[in-house]
Amino acid sequence: MYKEEICRVPSPYREDMVVQGYRFGKGNAAACILGAIRGNEVQQMYICSQLIRELKELEAHGWINVNKKILVIPVVNGLGLNVDERFFGVEDIDINRTFPGKEDGDTTDRIAYQVFDRIREYTYGIQLTSFYMTGEFVPHVRMMETGYQNVSLADLFGLPYVVVRKPSPIDTKTLNYNWQNDTTAAFSLYTGKDDSIDEASADQAVAAVLRFLTRMGIIRYESHSGYISHVIKEEELMDVHVEKGGIFKGMAKLGEYVRYGYPIAEILDPYEGYIKEAILAPTSGIVFFTHTEALISQGDIAYRMIHRLHQ
Amino acid sequence: MKSFKETWGFFDNSGGRDMIEEVFSIELPVGERLIINKNRITGRKPKDKRLVIVTGIHGDEFEGQYICYEMVRRLTEHQDELTGTVDIYPALNPLGLDVASHKVPKLEMDLNRMFPGDRGGTAMERVAAAIVEDISGADMCLDMHASNSFVKEIPQVRLNEDFAEKMIPFAKLLNTDMVWTNATATVHESTLVHSMNMLGVPSMVVEMGVGNRIDRMYGNQVVEGIFHLMRELGMWEGEVGEIQYPVISTDGEVDFIRSKITGVFLPAIAHNHYVRKGDKLGEIVSPLEGKVLDEIRVQRSGLVFTLREYPFVREGSLLARVLMGIEG
Repeated sequence: MYKEEICRVPSPYREDMVVQGYRFGKGNAAACILGAIRGNEVQQMYICSQLIRELKELEAHGWINVNKKILVIPVVNGLGLNVDERFFGVEDIDINRTFPGKEDGDTTDRIAYQVFDRIREYTYGIQLTSFYMTGEFVPHVRMMETGYQNVSLADLFGLPYVVVRKPSPIDTKTLNYNWQNDTTAAFSLYTGKDDSIDEASADQAVAAVLRFLTRMGIIRYESHSGYISHVIKEEELMDVHVEKGGIFKGMAKLGEYVRYGYPIAEILDPYEGYIKEAILAPTSGIVFFTHTEALISQGDIAYRMIHRLHQ
Repeated sequence: MKSFKETWGFFDNSGGRDMIEEVFSIELPVGERLIINKNRITGRKPKDKRLVIVTGIHGDEFEGQYICYEMVRRLTEHQDELTGTVDIYPALNPLGLDVASHKVPKLEMDLNRMFPGDRGGTAMERVAAAIVEDISGADMCLDMHASNSFVKEIPQVRLNEDFAEKMIPFAKLLNTDMVWTNATATVHESTLVHSMNMLGVPSMVVEMGVGNRIDRMYGNQVVEGIFHLMRELGMWEGEVGEIQYPVISTDGEVDFIRSKITGVFLPAIAHNHYVRKGDKLGEIVSPLEGKVLDEIRVQRSGLVFTLREYPFVREGSLLARVLMGIEG
């Protein structure tokens, strides 16, 4: 394993922010795995750290295949992680909405540019990332429908679901979108948590990445075959909105199969505690996303369901 | 204490032809609604033409607050000289304005990257969709911005190059110092102004000053321009003052000066000044070491139309923009 400096951002008041890469094997740039681009992506950083631990052992046993190079970057926004700020610096910019970056742009543009410059040569790109809405997802692989996406490759992670999203203008500055447009086969992995560690879904993500690397002939590793993924178009997910704001009391669990008409959540009045709204399942299917915060506003999404899918 | 609404009776200003209307609301979790309000001021022939003025998409930008106040004040004072309708929306991101947050609080998203919104989407996507729906059909839309808290700007109209040819004749009337056509279309696609232009409502961004402050001189300058625009649109029969015509520029004529080093920036010139090649723009110093780390000199002559206000800089931070080809 070699540690390499991807980029360095000095500060007059703090130590330099050094983005570190961990390189395994040598030869063809086979796979790159990226962790916390945002300062709340603790789970994503943790998954990368566990991958580095596994890859170190595999390399020591000679199980990184010949002429295959893997790069893991566990943390990009280290300054944000240390002060619990999701975005970067005083300008509060989302590095994951700055790709491919600019060599002579502002600070965030330059960070994105330097990172992208080092990772664009890789054949496969895996980003462990978080969603803009707070809540939890069933672990899945997500891809943008750029025309370059390869859904059958996403299946090789062996996770239960692959989600394909039609990009909107706001997506065009994300790493996933730009990686794909630059002909890297790019995948985003979503696990249960962001700002805390969920061991079970982290283990599932580590296993999924190692399974994918094995199936692509990059490493030798014995693992369970995983799932044959169910492919979902994001627009086919059924959003369950709440009609009232208040305290959110969720009753359906992530990944649970619920039947049409069953109670899945209640909205309570924050002062008097009575039930303002009882939310019933609008369809039978699997709970794919759940709101996790205690409070919710009118119109927010309580659940996203996979319509008419059984476990 | 009684709320404004309780005191003044549902925002109806004493029977005049201006009416504060609720455009959209969502119920927040704890005892409050997020409300988008507009003031509709109608003149004679209210259905003839409709001008929309919006501001407060970014909660740390207050220049538009003064412009809204001044427009409502002057229009209601001389309502008989108005033909058509003026809709004024002072706070598109009311929660952000309340806590001086550029983004939508809690969601941490820039509202001006969420347009045209989605009627069936998340709460703020619905807000964005409702704003677009309410503005649709207008004859002109002006979106007032201050700069952010980091740099100060002269009054300027910013146009997306896709719509520049159509909009420049109107932009010239707004009494700004500059009209800047820039090409970063990807970023502009999800803005309110881009969405409205795509829906056939001619729309422009007006930017001036600095975040969290109000410069009344800039505000009065732009208000004068808005009355000129209204007269051109056939909506205003009252007096208008003198206006200046702006410099029209594109990206190629603007020199971006960025910091090469991290430290504290001390400007050596004032904003909105002409500089010659070699003039000192400022220096970047180290408070710990007590020394000058970099002295910044201007590479091209022109007008400093953007100047850094926020002292802390990193490598790449914008220090100034110079409009080239302008002599003092």
